[in-house]
Amino acid sequence: MKALTQLLFALLAVIALQPWSSAFAADAAGTIKTSRGDAHILRNDTRLPAQVGSTLSTSDRIITGATGAVGITLKDNTRLTAGPNTTLDLNTFRFDKTTHKGALDATVQRGSLAVISGKIAKASPDGVQFHTPTVTLGVRGTEFIIEAGVQ
Amino acid sequence: MWGALLIPIVAWQIVELFTPEEIPDTVADKVILLPDADGSVGEVVVRSATGEQTLSSAYGALEVTASGTLESTTETAASVRAAYGNVLDAQPPEPVSLTVYFEAGSSTELTATSLQTIDRLKAVLADRPAPEILVIGHTDTVGDLEDNDSLSRARAQTVVDVISATGVDAASLEASGRGERELLVPTADKVSEPRNRRVEINIR
Repeated sequence: MKALTQLLFALLAVIALQPWSSAFAADAAGTIKTSRGDAHILRNDTRLPAQVGSTLSTSDRIITGATGAVGITLKDNTRLTAGPNTTLDLNTFRFDKTTHKGALDATVQRGSLAVISGKIAKASPDGVQFHTPTVTLGVRGTEFIIEAGVQ
Repeated sequence: MWGALLIPIVAWQIVELFTPEEIPDTVADKVILLPDADGSVGEVVVRSATGEQTLSSAYGALEVTASGTLESTTETAASVRAAYGNVLDAQPPEPVSLTVYFEAGSSTELTATSLQTIDRLKAVLADRPAPEILVIGHTDTVGDLEDNDSLSRARAQTVVDVISATGVDAASLEASGRGERELLVPTADKVSEPRNRRVEINIR
């Protein structure tokens, strides 16, 4: 009986200590809402299709081909849309649902990105930054387009 | 006399020869500020290795050269559409917040105007890709705290049932009840307030 109780506790401990990563998408930063042409997610060196409904996490890279485009809505209602021939890195995303404070940091390595800022930009204006190879953008609640590598 | 005139010309030509040819500093990146959906215009601060400029007018743009020089230009709605129409067309739909109101004490009976809001809810869900739905129920301050927690959850469930009945393939559907803990209109205890008897529906 005692052995059984110990086993039960051990099992509970194992369950309790499970990191929230794999099964639960608790740390998902956003969800893909539109996907066109050749588009995928690069996550830990693994290529995943960028499909409508796929979730996006911090450290993910979005890559589109010549006909590709991907529209993402983040948890704070920020909307990011990567255009064709684009490489977009989601470096940081933190969002407090109660205070709306947080941080968002993304890099357009190449290609184009349309941004409609969300709740973080209003509650933590200095917490939102976008980068290209040559510039850093600070955002004061607004919509804009970034193009990196103008043809 | 002719000799004196010649010397400066020659000297100038020598200088010209030794001036290194300008390295082409081509435009590398571009940033364009767009008006928000409601017509207002925000601000974007652009920093490069060599400077900083703020965009604050609609269709104002900055071209950034490889060395970091920022050059102001202006776009138009038409030029942005021509160059980036394929990007703009792929933008996700705007998140929507709807509120429906309930008759006093009821967890199932919606007010007449809220039935129209339910139609709107169905229309929004019908053409929204991978909707993420958050449903939060509330009550007024009539009744005690615990009963209102239950009532608010039951109201949220009524809305969840409506959503489920549409057959929508939601990416997520979460519901919760906040009882009388988050009044829309602050009142004293035991006050019947129609605007507090509500369910908020946030669709992303």
